[in-house]
Amino acid sequence: MLSYILRRLVTGLVTLFGISVISFFIIQLVPGDPAQIQTSQIADAAVSERVYQQLRELYGLDKPIPVQYANWVGKLVVGDFGSSFHDGRRVSAKISEALWPTLSVALLSFMLTLIISTPIGIYSALRQGGGFDRSVSTGLYMLYSVPNYVAGMLLILYLGVKWDLLPFRGMRSDGYDEMTTLGQMWDLAQHYVLITFCFTFGNLAYYSRFIRQNLLEVVRQDYIRTARAKGLGERSVVLKHAFTNSLIPLISLIGLTLPFVLGGSVILEYMFNWPGLGRLYFESVLQRDYPTIMALNFITALLVLGITFIADLTYGLVDPRISYEK
Amino acid sequence: MATEATKSTTTRGAPVARSYWHITWRRFRGHRLGMVGLCVVAVLFLVAFLSPILANEQPILCRFDGGFYYPAVVDLIHQVPGTSLIIQKQRPYRLATFDFKREFDPERGDWALWTPVRYGPREIAAEPLAGPSSRHWLGTDQSGRDVLSRMVHGTVVSMKVGFLSMGIAVILGLVFGCIAGYAGGIADLVISRFIEVVQCFPAFFLILAVLAWFPPSIENVMIVIGLTRWVGIARFARGEILRIRETDYALAARSLGVRPAQLVLRHLLPNALAPVLVSVTFGIAVSILIEAGLSWLGFGVQPPDASWGTILRSGYENLFTAGHMIPPACVAIFLAVLSFNLVGDTLRDVIDPRLQAERA
Repeated sequence: MLSYILRRLVTGLVTLFGISVISFFIIQLVPGDPAQIQTSQIADAAVSERVYQQLRELYGLDKPIPVQYANWVGKLVVGDFGSSFHDGRRVSAKISEALWPTLSVALLSFMLTLIISTPIGIYSALRQGGGFDRSVSTGLYMLYSVPNYVAGMLLILYLGVKWDLLPFRGMRSDGYDEMTTLGQMWDLAQHYVLITFCFTFGNLAYYSRFIRQNLLEVVRQDYIRTARAKGLGERSVVLKHAFTNSLIPLISLIGLTLPFVLGGSVILEYMFNWPGLGRLYFESVLQRDYPTIMALNFITALLVLGITFIADLTYGLVDPRISYEK
Repeated sequence: MATEATKSTTTRGAPVARSYWHITWRRFRGHRLGMVGLCVVAVLFLVAFLSPILANEQPILCRFDGGFYYPAVVDLIHQVPGTSLIIQKQRPYRLATFDFKREFDPERGDWALWTPVRYGPREIAAEPLAGPSSRHWLGTDQSGRDVLSRMVHGTVVSMKVGFLSMGIAVILGLVFGCIAGYAGGIADLVISRFIEVVQCFPAFFLILAVLAWFPPSIENVMIVIGLTRWVGIARFARGEILRIRETDYALAARSLGVRPAQLVLRHLLPNALAPVLVSVTFGIAVSILIEAGLSWLGFGVQPPDASWGTILRSGYENLFTAGHMIPPACVAIFLAVLSFNLVGDTLRDVIDPRLQAERA
């Protein structure tokens, strides 16, 4: 177990190193550095050139790329992501500000997905091939094919604009600070509805089908026959014996879908004016804000690696048959 | 599967050899939803190819000042690469900016056979942001261009991006997948690690980061999608090659002295193509989705050119005054994604022999 963890940590570090090197060089190869963008407004050519050189020196862009990379890693080791090239704020502050909006929507949508798709999956598996199974799976399949930003546009158009039911710009309404605590919570909840729905509906088909499939496989096992044979009620057989065992593969699915939750958010967050990581990433790319882009790349990679690692470990905890020794 | 094989060999007494793809196609035809998906794909493809004679500011055929001209057809032929010489020889109108709508004079005996949508995608045809009317079925956009015409021409962008970017991805994926799967050793290690690293990035982050290199254009979008999406195909191909490499027929070929390159190309690769094809079909849907998303963000197709993503964006920017642009673009993107997904799902069911066995 310990050697497995160590091995995984080492390969994880190597992967992280690879990711940081690749993203560092990709970013540096982009024509047009931040100094150039910031000086493009200065009319006087001589002044512009002087400021440009000063900015490059300030940002450390005048040094060779490997030196820049070494500097970046050196700061990273002590937990310093540097300051933004765009507004000079600490990158860590910018990211921690944007982290919660993204994470809260992701968690909320994830919980909703499980709450909705689990009963659907179980019921479909029990009535396999029946009317419910077929109509629900067709309906969910159609939903699955609706791209989330397409649904977002339609929801904004109808629920947000035409019928004026729900807010769709940002997290808070204008007079948020003057509201009572209860009013603030209500306002916040309203802003979450549309964006959370957009993140959720596509996963429903995926997860309910997954749960159905696993349950169908488990139901064929001998121990289910044993449970039935010893006279347990159908309810107890399905929920206690079958369902709990069908949950194991779900853990790895969670690990697999996470990168999509984080990365799929650029368009949706931009569309809903949501102050999250995806929008921050998009804006940083536009502003050539190297430190922020690097930090975001690094953190998402770290999150993805970390979560798959935890998922793999949990896998072993819930299923003792899995051995980590080679 | 077994029954089909025996059936095909006993038809008319003589053994009829049916190729794998022939059998696959026969099975595919049995799936209704898959066929519906395939039909929608075919229609989208036709719309894209025929777009110049479906929506054009010039007529298909017209009589103008005593002569016959067919400008929309010339536009259609012009799409085919290598035809510019033929067109130059037979160019039916002398004026570089031939505008039949303005020059039209019924008293001279002029008449025209118009395209179904009489407006070009860039033609400023009416008031900006007008709602749907009998003249403009889907209304007009912020510059007064016909939305239906732009939708038709946006199909070209989507289909092009879908197929060409996956073309790039397939070539890269097969090359690297074959090398990793067949050569093994250090090559496999390097390629597999690289694939792992790329897959750790959320795909859209990666595309945005790489796309910032290039000036925004549809060609760059295609290349970047191709460059970022080959890893999945390479992984599939690698796994298949690893599996097939150990089969008896591969061993037989090797013991007959077939050179490695030929072994891979003639014996291993064709048998690894089926699962790759499934992932390519889904990949096309994803590429179309990414292109529309990038164009929505302003990284893809640039104005005045039309794409479903840019139409959606115009709708978003004029939410309160011109919501009419949003539903058509949404429906188009949805239909394209759904139909490619249906085809992909059916292909997967049809191709995978293990699933067949499970069903029987």
